[in-house]
This record gives sequence, structure tokens and C-alpha cells, in this order.
Amino acid sequence: MATEAIQPAAAPARRLLSVLVDNNPGVLMRIAALFRRRSINIHSLAVSTTEDPRVSRISMTVETDATETNMVLMQLGKLVEVRHAHDLSEQRPVERELALIKVTAGRDAHEEILEAGRAHRAHALDFTESTVTLEVSGRSAEIDALIEALADFGIQEIARTGAVALIRGTRAT
Amino acid sequence: MSQTPVAPKTNAPSTVSGAQAVVRVLEEHGVDWMFGHPGGASLPLYDAILDAKEMRHVLVRHEQTGAHAATGYARAAGRVGVCTATSGPGATNIVTGLADALMDSTAVLAITGQVVSPNIGTDAFQEADVVSITMPVTKHNYLVREAALIPQTLREAYHIAGSGRPGPVLVDIPRDVLQAQLPASALSEALQTRYRPQVKPDPRRLADAAKAISEAKKPILYVGGGVITANASPALAKLARRCRIAVTVTLHGKGAFDETDSLCLGMLGMHGTAYANYAINDADLVIAVGARFDDRVTGRLKDFCPNARFVHIDIDPSEIGKNKPAHFPLQGDARLTLEALEPMVAPPDTEAWWRQIEAWRARYPLRWKAGKALKPQQVIEAIYKATAGDAIVTTDVGQHQMWAAQFYRNREPRKWISSGGLGTMGFGFPAAMGAQFARPGELVVAIVGDGGFQMTCQDLSTSVAWKQPLKIYIVNNGTLGMVRQWQSLFYNERLSEVALPNPDFAKVAEAFGAVGLSARTGEEMDAAIRRSLEVTDRPVVVDFHVDPEENCYPMIPSGQSIKEMIVGD
Repeated sequence: MATEAIQPAAAPARRLLSVLVDNNPGVLMRIAALFRRRSINIHSLAVSTTEDPRVSRISMTVETDATETNMVLMQLGKLVEVRHAHDLSEQRPVERELALIKVTAGRDAHEEILEAGRAHRAHALDFTESTVTLEVSGRSAEIDALIEALADFGIQEIARTGAVALIRGTRAT
Repeated sequence: MSQTPVAPKTNAPSTVSGAQAVVRVLEEHGVDWMFGHPGGASLPLYDAILDAKEMRHVLVRHEQTGAHAATGYARAAGRVGVCTATSGPGATNIVTGLADALMDSTAVLAITGQVVSPNIGTDAFQEADVVSITMPVTKHNYLVREAALIPQTLREAYHIAGSGRPGPVLVDIPRDVLQAQLPASALSEALQTRYRPQVKPDPRRLADAAKAISEAKKPILYVGGGVITANASPALAKLARRCRIAVTVTLHGKGAFDETDSLCLGMLGMHGTAYANYAINDADLVIAVGARFDDRVTGRLKDFCPNARFVHIDIDPSEIGKNKPAHFPLQGDARLTLEALEPMVAPPDTEAWWRQIEAWRARYPLRWKAGKALKPQQVIEAIYKATAGDAIVTTDVGQHQMWAAQFYRNREPRKWISSGGLGTMGFGFPAAMGAQFARPGELVVAIVGDGGFQMTCQDLSTSVAWKQPLKIYIVNNGTLGMVRQWQSLFYNERLSEVALPNPDFAKVAEAFGAVGLSARTGEEMDAAIRRSLEVTDRPVVVDFHVDPEENCYPMIPSGQSIKEMIVGD
């Protein structure tokens, strides 16, 4: 594994951050403000309580370089209500996102859509005369792939949860 | 009345109001002064203040002034400064003061009244979302929803404001919560908090840093306000003196090390001494202590200290390596770190290095030319001499601030109080008020500009009411001098909106009940300073009319490097 020092300056890349925070009103605003101040766009965001009801986990994907990521993590760490903030991107975490995809399709296309869905472990939740709504979960890239595969049918709308992740093995994230 | 002397059974009330709890917790923390302005939402608090035993309230004439006074108090006393404002406009008026305290790492606790809970979020009269507004300008803030949470919240707020890297903390309390009763037992709950900053440095890293210092050929200590916050001056002096390491101070580091000591090169940065800037830029090892490589210090980052490695001591890990790489990062309290580091360092051989530094010092001294008109530098030097360099000095922001930083050499910590990070005009006078409350027996001098003073001078009323023997020295050049200087140098002398048709400041002072003096010549200057120092029962304003053309040098233009330094005429 290459050490940080000999890596070339990393170009902006997708980073998956995990932030454990006190489960208080307004915490999300403090976190979001920190990204806004540096003009870092938040691609996805998932927030929920954890095994400890006093603690919430914020999972977010952003696009930044390594230096900026480090600075943001340091500044997150300074917020009084942040317990832990780190970048999971380099740690090969287990990562899942869920998406609902409403595909435009007459009855004659249903079977073909379900076929495409099965290849991506998606299943159908709702059928109408003109639509099929699929549910799929996986790594964000896998969801992107399914969306691409369905694009030719016509996609009416998509709802995605944003990625959540934990690191592999026995260690806590 | 000759009843049997039975001690009256003190039925200690089993409940107190939220507002009483605020006062009790503040007094328990030893808060002796609170600066504020009342309003509808803080009525219950002001009712409780009437019964305060040890804490006294100073009625300011503008909430911003209250926040700056709390800052001045905090910096002069080394304790948390406390201010209060009502909801809505009262609270929005302290935003500048909070931002200033955040940028300059000052422990300030602000308590704001909020509209009653059921009205929150309804655009009620004098409602503002103060927690949201102040989130980016505070270290932390709270909205207290229940009276029972007041003691614990205030305790944690006070703790957070004053520990680690200090900063402002705001506690917003709705009027009904201030009015509600809570069990008196809640007052005796101990502080519960997760906020425990790391103060002890990593011993392995200490050894690496000590070795680097011992082996350095051209070391320099670059010292910031963190040294003063941590009361680390004795430890710093021990290291610098035993190892003969040159010291340069930032604007907030002034007084962290005796500026009259020959080891001290004075302030560095944009308007620092040329020799301090030459020295740090030629150094092979920069030992930064409680300083944050601000752009006013470094200029263009990539050209700053091109040959140096950095030891960076800071209690805030996010500062270490933020702007320049830290080869020897030491996260910890400056005093504990320096005390641990000092015995491990062998004095490096700096003889040749000192010869070089002395050559720079001899060749590029701070200087100014006397002229027909009074020179601003001349005024600062006269104030310096008349006060024996021993006053607590506060400043506004601009040319006068930089001249004061250059020519008022501080020997002790907590005697230089200026607005650095935010650069807040109007800061100097209210900060001096706060400092005078913190240290009533001492001489407090506000060196201000004619522009800045007009932003907060209404509080002369307050200072007069408290009979403060403050000296307010206006370096009056009739222009917004620093803006004029930049327009002259970088905008082809196209002067835009910098001329100030000023009032007669001496008359303004007299109208407020202060003493007002003015001076246009060297003789008048000396006489006015002498007279001002004789007044002991009210503030004195001295209006020094100085040369409006004078520029502040040396100057490293914004975003440039030592190579582009303008040494001046």
C-alpha cells in the first residue's frame, strides 16, 4: 500500500464520509454549513439514529481532493456535537444505497424491464398501465449502472437514499 | 422584641426561576461584570439581575459595544467575558462582536433573550433565529427549551468558551423559559460535558521537535496569541533566553515575550518589521507557538519561509498543517508543551545567524521622518514614553493600529488588545472599557482612528457613567487611512470615499461629560498627553490631528512575498 507522502496530489474524487454526532436539533445545519462555506457540494446525505439513541450517524458523499477532505474532517472534529468524523473511501467499506426508479413502460415492455432489473438484483414494487417502479439496493455505482440500463425505456423519476456504509470486519467504524 | 432568640427557620425556596438560575450560575463561576442592554425578551433576566450579589451589570448603549467590552474584559483578565442582549435586533447587534471573538479566539459568553417558546417560528415581534444566525460566528451555541436545563447548559457554555482554543458561546433563552421555575437542586449539579480538548503533547513528537531545534542553524520562534491564552510566556522566555532563539510576535502575540528584549524582533507580517520578515523568511526552522499562519503574516503562502521546516504547537489540531506543512506537529496547550519541550532542547549554535539578524536590524530599523505636521508615529512614541510602555493598550483597525503595534512595545502579556482576525473598526474604545472593568487600578489606553471611533463612540455615556479614567487617543488623519493607502498604492491614487469630514472630537467628548482635548503640534501633543494622564475620574479624549498623507511602512502588499516588501521612503 502506497503511503500518503508518495501519492501524487489527489484529484477531486468521490469521498464517502461518516460522521457520528449528538442527536440534537440543528446538528445537521452545523455540518452542512461547514461544507457550504468551502463550496463543497454534498452529493448525497443519509442521517439516522444509531445503536445509541443519543447518537446519529451522518453518511455523506462529497467530491473533494484529499487535502480538502482532511481539512474538512479536522474542522468537523472541532464542532462540539461531533463525536467522530472520518473518510471511509480508502477503507473499502461495505456500502449500500437504495433507489426507487419509476420507468415509463406500456404492458408489453414490463417483462423486458423486469429482466433488466433482475440482472441488477432489483425488484418491482408497483405496476401501472404506463409505469413500472423498481427497488434496487447496492453500491452507488451499481445503482448508476441500472439507471443507465433503463434509460432507453424512459425514466419518469428517481428517489435515492444516498449511500450508507460501515467498515468491514470486527472493528467499529 | 424580646422574644426567645430562635434562629428563623430558613425556608430556602425549593425552586428558582430560570432567570435567577442564570444569575446564580454566573456568580458561581465568579463572573463579576456583565455587559448588556435590556429588552422585552430579557425582562425576567433583568429582574433577577437586581438581586445579584456579586455580579454587576454595565448598561451599554449598543449591544455590539457590550460584546466588544466582554472581549476586552476577557483578554485583559484571562477569564470569560459575559455579555447579554435581548431578542431580535439586540441579538443581531452582537453578531460582529461574536465574529470578532471567534476570529481572535476570545472566551466570551453571550446570553440572549428569545421570544416566548410558542411564538418561536411565527415571525413574532423582535424575533430572529439567533441560533442559526450565530452558528458560523460562535464556537458553539444553544437554544434552551426548558428551565431545568439552564444550569447545565450555562455551565457547559462557560466551560466551552474558556477551554481548549477559547471562543464565543451563545445561549439563547426564550422569555417563558427565563420565567419558569426549576428545582433549586438543579443549581448544584456538577458540569457534565464531553468537551475535553487534548492539552498534553505527544512525548515522541516532543523529542523529534527538540532534536530539530537543537540542530537548527537559523531557528526562529513565531509566537501568537495562543501563548498569552495559555499563560505560556514564562516557559517561552526560558526557551528563547537559554537557547538564544530569536522571537517574532504576531499582532496578538504582542506582550507574549518582552518586545524590548534584544531577542525580540517585534511584529512580523504585512506591516511587521523588515528584520523580522527577513529573519523568518531566511530561517531553517520556524517554531510556531499558538499562531495560525494567517495571510497577514505569511503573504503568498508558497513563498513564505521557503527553506524552513516547521514545528507547530497549537491546541487546535485543525490549525496544524492548515496553511503550511507541519514537520513537527505538537498538538497541546502552549504552556504544557513548552514546559515539556524546553528541558529537552540543547542550545543550537546561532552565532552566525545572530550576526545576520543584527545586520538586518541595523540596516532596516523602523523609522519615520519628522515634518511640519504631527506624525502619527510621533504620537504613538509620545504615548509610549508618557505611559512608560506599561499601559494596557487597545486599538481599532487600520493604520493607527499598525503604527501602535510597531511603536508601542509590549513587555507583558494581556496588555495589548486589538482586533486582528476580523479587523473590526470601532473595537478599540469598547474593548478598553471592558479591560478597565477587568483591571480597575491600571492605566488603560485606547488608540483609535477617527473612522473607527465614530462607529462606537456613543458609549462614552457608559464610560462617563462609570467614571472610567480611560484615555482615548484618536490618531485623526481625517481619512480612512488604510483604505486611502491602498487606493494610493494600488489604485493609481484614485481616492474614493475616504475623506472624513469629522466633528470636533474634543467637543463631542465634553458633550458626553468626558474631558476633550486636541493637539496639532508637538508641544500641544505633549501637553495634552500630560493633562490626560492627570485625569482620574472620567474618560479623556485626545484628538491628535496628524499628517493625512502618512503611509504605514514597511508593507508587504497583500498576497505577495518578502521580495515585494515596500520598506518606505
